[in-house]
Amino acid sequence: MHIKSQKDFFAGLLYIVIGIGFAIGASNYSVGDAARMGPGYFPLLLGVLLAIIGAVVAFRALVIETPDGDPVGPWAWKPLAYIILANFLFGILLGGMPSLGIPAMGLIVAIFALVIVAARAGTEFKWSEVIILSVVLAVGSWITFVWGLNLTLQVWPSFISG
Amino acid sequence: MDLLEHLSLGFGVAFTMQNLLYALIGCLLGTLIGVLPGVGPVATIAMLLPATYALPPVAALIMLAGIYYGAQYGGSTTAILVNLPGEASSVVTAIDGYQMARQGRAGPALAVAAIGSFFAGCFGTLVLAAFAIPLTEVAFAFGPAEYFSLMVLGLLGAVVMASGSLLKAIGMIVLGLLIGMVGTDVNSGVARYSFDIPELTDGIGFIVVAMGVFGYGEIIANLSHSDEKREIFVNKVTHLYPSKEDWKLMMPAVLRGTALGSALGILPGGGATLSAFASYTIEKKMRLKGGEAPFGKGNIRGVAGPESANNAGSQTSFIPLLTLGIPPNAVMALMVGAMTIHNIQPGPQVMTSNPDLFWGLIASMWIGNAMLVILNLPLIGIWIKLLTVPYRWLFPAIVLFCAIGVYTTNNNTFDVWMVGWFGVIGYIFIKLGMEPAPLLLGLVLGQMMEENLRRALLLSRGDWSVLVTRPLSATLLAMAAALLVIVLLPAVKKGRQEAFVED
Repeated sequence: MHIKSQKDFFAGLLYIVIGIGFAIGASNYSVGDAARMGPGYFPLLLGVLLAIIGAVVAFRALVIETPDGDPVGPWAWKPLAYIILANFLFGILLGGMPSLGIPAMGLIVAIFALVIVAARAGTEFKWSEVIILSVVLAVGSWITFVWGLNLTLQVWPSFISG
Repeated sequence: MDLLEHLSLGFGVAFTMQNLLYALIGCLLGTLIGVLPGVGPVATIAMLLPATYALPPVAALIMLAGIYYGAQYGGSTTAILVNLPGEASSVVTAIDGYQMARQGRAGPALAVAAIGSFFAGCFGTLVLAAFAIPLTEVAFAFGPAEYFSLMVLGLLGAVVMASGSLLKAIGMIVLGLLIGMVGTDVNSGVARYSFDIPELTDGIGFIVVAMGVFGYGEIIANLSHSDEKREIFVNKVTHLYPSKEDWKLMMPAVLRGTALGSALGILPGGGATLSAFASYTIEKKMRLKGGEAPFGKGNIRGVAGPESANNAGSQTSFIPLLTLGIPPNAVMALMVGAMTIHNIQPGPQVMTSNPDLFWGLIASMWIGNAMLVILNLPLIGIWIKLLTVPYRWLFPAIVLFCAIGVYTTNNNTFDVWMVGWFGVIGYIFIKLGMEPAPLLLGLVLGQMMEENLRRALLLSRGDWSVLVTRPLSATLLAMAAALLVIVLLPAVKKGRQEAFVED
């Protein structure tokens, strides 16, 4: 079978999978009936609805002609990986990971790590630029969030600030 | 006349040095982030929301209103100068605005956008103040069945103007509603879909979803086609103020746009985008005067009308939010979130229990609008400079703001993990052409919808027909059905597709 719209076909599949997933999950809770809706009732309804919508979207993607096949196109793995990695690294450094024995390194270290990793997602990467950017953002964030807004953020690594 | 009394109460609240300062900071910050290419109003507000946590509720909402207007204005600026509409409602602004910029008339185009928006904002504020009380009374006549039907109407209304496949957009709403189900069920206390993770029993926060999907997702998508060349008309903004002929042409368009936007904005789900499109269509249908540039070739009415309409519409779209507690679009959904953080449950009771907040907010919207004209217009040079900042410096900063923003919401690294995953999900959405704004709306309304449906069916002893036998509820559902039918009409469908085709 030829897929006429790739984007719609996979979007439809995604809806079906998520819908069924939520519906199965809902059946673990008490469903009840319309007059006495249990915690599973509404999610079950929505899950089934989403799966039906997904089926229609996917079916239409198989039968309705599109000029160029609506391709999903190549995935931007590099930006995806670096941006998400930068985010996770920021979380780990800022808050620490007690379960893995990683101490909290504080805001400043986390900002440098985030900027340096995230910047690699772009097409150009110059160390000098990235360092300047990190310094500017670190100082700016400290002024705005710690000094200005008085938010409780750990600024320095715990072994320095105690 | 109560109206004036209420407005003066509102202005009394808003016109303190402190609140004016917050409105100003909000406007500046909103514009600052809003003009950055690839950052729409939703991402802007989500990113700046944490900056308001420490403020008292009134000040926080005033600042947010400022951010909202700033972000919208920033969006129009990028639409005109770079042909990059930040959101659906400025898509039509880009058509003639960008052409004006290419002809060296970027200044007047930006000025018209600001002046038109200001005029529309003033009028919209009056409409808002006048309609708030009668509508609140309607709200008290609403039972759970009516609320449920109203939400159906609002959600459908929000997607009919979305680009692309209608069915896919409806799927996104349902997906949003489902994500809203995660967390503790208020009735039974059962933790749904929490997988024994304690943080998930509180549900998935809309800030996390908004920043992941609109922030990270967009950045990843932008970076994947970064070689795109953009023409920016930076040096051509020499004179700002429209000529006499411009004024003559634009004022009627501003008036028409304002009237249209104010009317359409009140409809749940109608709001800014619909108004802008409708206004552009009307202006296009009007006869061209002698010496006027044709539409699509830099006609000033093509900027004045839609910009006024979209601002009037976004002003009056506060009406369903403030009187009924139903956010009509993704931006308003964020406002609901902001109010909840400050322990305000939007709805008819706000006006009675918190009159200074309610009227103060309305007054501050007008102030936000005024600040845009008074301060932002002269500062336009600075905003344009921002457009020339290379994206490779901007995106790490945006990632950082998102990360700090979600962390400070609950001071919990769990939210940082979640925003990362939603970034991945957001990128998948973009790749598969799934519109994320309806998802956000569904997420905010999920529990409210379930609760109202549950109550409605409890009262009717499980009889679903209660939704159509109660006249108000039936009317709302009929409106929702009519909306769907209209959009599916072949003529409208074709026009809708054309409106979104980029060239």
